[in-house]
Amino acid sequence: MGEARVIAVASGKGGTGKTTVATNLARVYAAQGRAVQYLDCDVEEPNGHIFLKPRIDRREEVTVDVPEVDAAKCTGCGECGKICQYSAIVCIQDQVLTFEPLCHSCGGCWLVCPVDAIEKKPLRIGEIETGAAGDVGFVSGRLEIGTVRTPSLIASVKQHVNSDGIAILDVPPGTSCPVVTALRGVDFVVLVTEPTPFGLNDLKLAVDLAREMGLPFGVVINREGIGNRDVETYCQTEKIDIIARLPDDRRIAEAYSSGKMIVDALGEYRDRFLTIQNYLEQARK
Amino acid sequence: MANAPKEIVVISGKGGTGKTSLVGSFAALARGAVLADCDVDAADLHLLLAPDVKETHDFVGGKIASIVSDKCIGCGRCKELCNFGALALNGPANDVVQKTYAVDPIACEGCGVCVRFCPVEAMEFNDAVNGQWFLSETRFGPMVHAKLGAAEENSGKLVSLIRKQARQLAGQRGLPLIIVDGSPGIGCPVIASISGADLVLVVTEPTLSGQHDLERVADLAAHFGAPAMVCVNKWDINPEIAGRIEEKAHRRGLQTAGRIAYDASVTQAQVAEKSIVEYCDEPLRKQIASVWETAVAALETATDTRRST
Repeated sequence: MGEARVIAVASGKGGTGKTTVATNLARVYAAQGRAVQYLDCDVEEPNGHIFLKPRIDRREEVTVDVPEVDAAKCTGCGECGKICQYSAIVCIQDQVLTFEPLCHSCGGCWLVCPVDAIEKKPLRIGEIETGAAGDVGFVSGRLEIGTVRTPSLIASVKQHVNSDGIAILDVPPGTSCPVVTALRGVDFVVLVTEPTPFGLNDLKLAVDLAREMGLPFGVVINREGIGNRDVETYCQTEKIDIIARLPDDRRIAEAYSSGKMIVDALGEYRDRFLTIQNYLEQARK
Repeated sequence: MANAPKEIVVISGKGGTGKTSLVGSFAALARGAVLADCDVDAADLHLLLAPDVKETHDFVGGKIASIVSDKCIGCGRCKELCNFGALALNGPANDVVQKTYAVDPIACEGCGVCVRFCPVEAMEFNDAVNGQWFLSETRFGPMVHAKLGAAEENSGKLVSLIRKQARQLAGQRGLPLIIVDGSPGIGCPVIASISGADLVLVVTEPTLSGQHDLERVADLAAHFGAPAMVCVNKWDINPEIAGRIEEKAHRRGLQTAGRIAYDASVTQAQVAEKSIVEYCDEPLRKQIASVWETAVAALETATDTRRST
């Protein structure tokens, strides 16, 4: 057992408190002089900056390659349309049409073209901001509106994980490709849930995903006191560690609403995040 | 097309603002709409509506590659060409090599590049079952919903399929309205759920996060030309931000559909597997009914405008 270094904060259900846990946990590490980064992988709706209020030092554009067809070279053979599984390039009566929003950048079309008529063209999918919030390193991706390349941007955000120190990834909700991309290769997954039927249903989906990916995980229960005890019972039955609990306290909701950190606004809950940190120090398989 | 069913899609940008709880109530208020749960990643509407499943279908969203280990010569061409990091030299030994290549089914995006370029044709390319979808009956009307498998792909395609089935069902039964529960975010499943919708109702909360995410989801609706309106849920958590959100919505030319107060009994309704309007007291029920009526009125106008242009 060792210390988990790259930690993902995830949940099936949205709005359970991922960003609250991720940002406050980062601050608790930093307060002890630990090198720590917060990386916002919820690139569709990034919110970490609202709480950490970082100084942004750098903005970089993120692009992916999509095909551009040189009509002068194209013979209309249709090989590109045949290999493309996403209908992103089609050949109709010797005319090749591309549909960039559908492209996955697999490279099939330019690899298969017999006359080298297809070039790679960069397509902007979003940007990454890097900076610092006090002693917390800050990285955040922001997806371009109308783009579906969420996983590609998340992968780019993760390239900013330092080779040492703690990295805390704020993961998008759900259980499909964006979440899979965010979770791949992490040391530990903190699943934040709330003790309600929706919370439990979506927690089970997230547990299925973590198990499918072979990742160690534990649960943080947020808004303890609402709903019922079914999440507790489920975790006991499944032998899943409940790492920490945050109570249902209207003051937390109000602090959250105006972008305040719990460790600043409600110091009495600081030890809850220390508990998570202590757990993570032993959590690596 | 005069009798084509109208479709209202409920989304939020930020997760956990109360989409599904409100959709459950809208279902109760509408009585006779087709219900479609398009939050296929983390579907919850069935927990309120207790659907009686009549039909179950596999959802084949795309393809998946696999290697016939006996044929692999370990050349690594597949790994070299794969842009998704889905190939690794960790397959079993065969007569030729100590280790063969194998496909990580979670990472594979079914592009087929490895299949096409394998020099010894050692690869298979089969349909991928990514989940299941269901046709059901509920106490408020028919429902189309789905379960995407853990770590599965093609959520956007599944959303499109559910909407298509919902439209067919509405046509067959002569039902005038489809209510769609959408997913959080602004990505693939959300785009698939709002494109071509008659009205998008954005449910937000009075927090800086809610405000930030609303801006992005409103941009998305505008990008795809979907008429949108805004409802602030739990408004009294922060009345100042609630006001600011409505002001911003108006400045963008978006109508507001009203406010709903924070009420702990909403969670109790969920525990009781009931919609808010079935379980909770006033003034909550009136507030939700008012939001619903405003949205339905806007739906008429939005549809008329669309069809006349």
